[in-house]
Amino acid sequence: MGRGSVMGRTYAGLPRWLYVSAAFGALLVILPLFALTLRLDWSRFFELITSESSVAALQLSLQTSVASTVVCVLLGVPLAMVLARDRFAGQALLRSVVLLPLVLPPVVGGIALLYTFGRRGLLGPAMDVLGVQIAFSTIAVVLAQTFVALPFLVVSLEGTLRTVGHRYELVAATLGARPGTVVWRVTLPLVMPGLASAAVLSFARALGEFGATITFAGSLQGVTRTLPLEIYLQRVTDPDAAIALSLVLVVVAVVVTVVTARIAERGAR
Amino acid sequence: MSLTFEARLAQRQFDVELSMGPGERVAVLGPNGAGKSTLLGLLAGTLRADAGSAALDDRLLFDLGAGRRRWLAPHARGVALLAQDALLFPHLTVLDNVAFGPRVAGATKQQAAATAERWLREVGVSDLAARRPGQLSGGQAQRVAIARALATGPRLLLLDEPMAALDVSVAPLLRRVLRRLLVDQATIIVTHDLLDAVLLADRVVVLEQGRVAEAGPTDEVLRHPRTRFTARLAGLNLVRGSFADGAVHDASGLVVQGTRADPGAPSEGEPAAAVFAPSGVSIFTDPQQGSPRNNLSVTIAEIEPLGDLVRVRGDDHHGHLLAADVTPLSVAELDLYPGREVTYSIKAAGVTIYPL
Amino acid sequence: MPTKFTVLAAAVAALSLSLVGCASTPAASTSASAPAGTTTVTVFAAASMKGTFTTLGKTFEASHPGTTVVFNFAGSQTLAEQIVNGAAADAFASANEANMTTVTGAGLASGQPKLYATNQLEIAVPPDNPAGITGWKDLTKKGLKLVVCAPAVPCGAATVKVEQATNTTLSPVSEEQAVTDVLAKVQAGEADAGLVYKTDVQAAGNTVKGIEFDESAKATNNNSMVALAKGPQAALGLQFVDLVLSAEGQKVLAAAGFGPAA
Repeated sequence: MGRGSVMGRTYAGLPRWLYVSAAFGALLVILPLFALTLRLDWSRFFELITSESSVAALQLSLQTSVASTVVCVLLGVPLAMVLARDRFAGQALLRSVVLLPLVLPPVVGGIALLYTFGRRGLLGPAMDVLGVQIAFSTIAVVLAQTFVALPFLVVSLEGTLRTVGHRYELVAATLGARPGTVVWRVTLPLVMPGLASAAVLSFARALGEFGATITFAGSLQGVTRTLPLEIYLQRVTDPDAAIALSLVLVVVAVVVTVVTARIAERGAR
Repeated sequence: MSLTFEARLAQRQFDVELSMGPGERVAVLGPNGAGKSTLLGLLAGTLRADAGSAALDDRLLFDLGAGRRRWLAPHARGVALLAQDALLFPHLTVLDNVAFGPRVAGATKQQAAATAERWLREVGVSDLAARRPGQLSGGQAQRVAIARALATGPRLLLLDEPMAALDVSVAPLLRRVLRRLLVDQATIIVTHDLLDAVLLADRVVVLEQGRVAEAGPTDEVLRHPRTRFTARLAGLNLVRGSFADGAVHDASGLVVQGTRADPGAPSEGEPAAAVFAPSGVSIFTDPQQGSPRNNLSVTIAEIEPLGDLVRVRGDDHHGHLLAADVTPLSVAELDLYPGREVTYSIKAAGVTIYPL
Repeated sequence: MPTKFTVLAAAVAALSLSLVGCASTPAASTSASAPAGTTTVTVFAAASMKGTFTTLGKTFEASHPGTTVVFNFAGSQTLAEQIVNGAAADAFASANEANMTTVTGAGLASGQPKLYATNQLEIAVPPDNPAGITGWKDLTKKGLKLVVCAPAVPCGAATVKVEQATNTTLSPVSEEQAVTDVLAKVQAGEADAGLVYKTDVQAAGNTVKGIEFDESAKATNNNSMVALAKGPQAALGLQFVDLVLSAEGQKVLAAAGFGPAA
């Protein structure tokens, strides 16, 4: 409350036309979401989102998104650290490539994954020998989600690492801490708020993942049919169900965004 | 503890050789970009030399060059670094910050805490042990940082302008703390402040453009500076040239009469320096005659307050900016202002001449 | 919800009218003595008809100088909804009976719908047929990577129908949203077999191999067509229906893999 009034007194110094443009920008996002709720059949809402297929899709989506977020953290944190701290030949190129899924249509990602991990893909024969079959499995979903979500974690965490800077780590080293100790006792605690918000972003991206999943993983209830795929399928037969599920996804996304903002705010203090 | 160090780093045009005896404290002075931070970085291990070698007692820090690639990681060197900013880990309490070094060295939690408490007492901030770094003032944080560095029991302590980021009012207290704690602690202190060198160091090394410009016991260097940088730090005017007829003649033809310092007076033709204190300079607005005074005509460049006096810097048209300290009253009476031509008059007895 | 649809339909209708309006002259335009200018006949057809109808459209234009055939290819359900909501169309070709009933039930048809083609399921396998599929029975093989359409979409509904009729239970590894997704998985070699329409196998060329099976007759997909009474060029719409039903039209459909109208 007190903070709000302080902010209210601050002179923003922005021209009026800027607010007009800003309002249009906000409307572009808010209006479609509002339209979605208008179309919703509230009397059937609960029934629609608790149908067997909906629950299975929601459950699968949450499970796979959590799994891919964990994978993103395990792979993305080291990647971000290497990109932020070390200097080596081809670093700029590596950064661009890692961030590529951000701008790539997810379908392209799905095709690429297919040609890598698919039965006839690059690693297909090797995985056959090991008895691992990824296509049409939940692992494929996690892989697809990780592929599209990883850049969010890396780009966000690398920014945090650069902001925090190298100096605390150097001090820790001169105090006798080994590189591993520095990572666990200094770097990670320092970037924890940033890492948390980066992980939440990755989770959100994984939750919304559609194109790569449908291309690479297929669509089977309880195995590979995540919420976005279920929505896409229901859209044909039962638009009301699709709208209800869309709203569920919107709510989850909003919660995630708010949580991220909170974390970021706390980290900024 | 004894240190031997010689290293080259082409990228920063750095080429320095340095050695330290047991428990010696060395102040490193020099203008910005002279290579002071590079020296510390190479010693701490945050920078890698192109070539060179360094050893701390029996511990080889690095040995680099053609066919030699030995390099010890920072954490294994026993060299602690204290920077301008305290850089206390913001996620740890003050106590845990100081206990960090002992902890990573393998001490138990209790042992590390005990060591930390002892060092916090030493720097006089025991009451702050439970605080977070964000709740400390600059001076308090820097004292905690000193405790943290010393708690690791470093063989060599590096101080990188530890007072520079602090309030002027806080610096004296911190200097006292350091003066007490650094007895017998091998230390290299990089500073801009002459006072640090005088109070905290036994020896001074002056770096200029990546090279050692002069080195020696602090009082000796301050009394007989060889570089203009040191002379200015010491508050003295310096003219370098060669010795002839009881005077120093510089390349541009400036002649400064003086008294030869003994021992070690220069002989005829030898490179020599003439120094004189700004307080020994009198200013006249009309030309002066007569020996044994040096009369130098200068153009006033700057006038600035200096305690109860006023420091007047004058360009002698021979490439020197010479300082003269006069009273505010004389400034008013003589009507001194930048751009005015005046004469600096210095008694030969007030000028010391020594070989370079 | 109805209001939303009305707005959408109005927009679609307005658009179609503006397209048609500038070109169409009064109903007399069918006569040879009509003044210069083109007449446009609008055909709403199921997406599966894209290839064949485009060909037939050219034929129609050749035999009807001054006439342009405009197609709206989309899902039958979408098309039926547009027509019911007032879209200006002269003929409607549906890929299934349900959507045709939507249009006839609204009293918009001119005459009875005519069956003009059938379509049946076929097994698509990669060209080298790695799982050695020979017929329907093989689809229940253990470990087989079978991909089908989801029951919610027409090709999936047909699959379920065959399963029920033959009392078999398939265990697909994926139930895709569209025939093209099933084909893609077979083409990539990820799936050992997929169930799609004969026409899809035909269209896929040699990227997949088709294996016909008798049981597919249990789920024949009937494509029917009707001219629309309220169409701006209803008479021409009827003529286009006739072309599709003619020997020439049937030849084009057969070449694409469609079965003859029963």
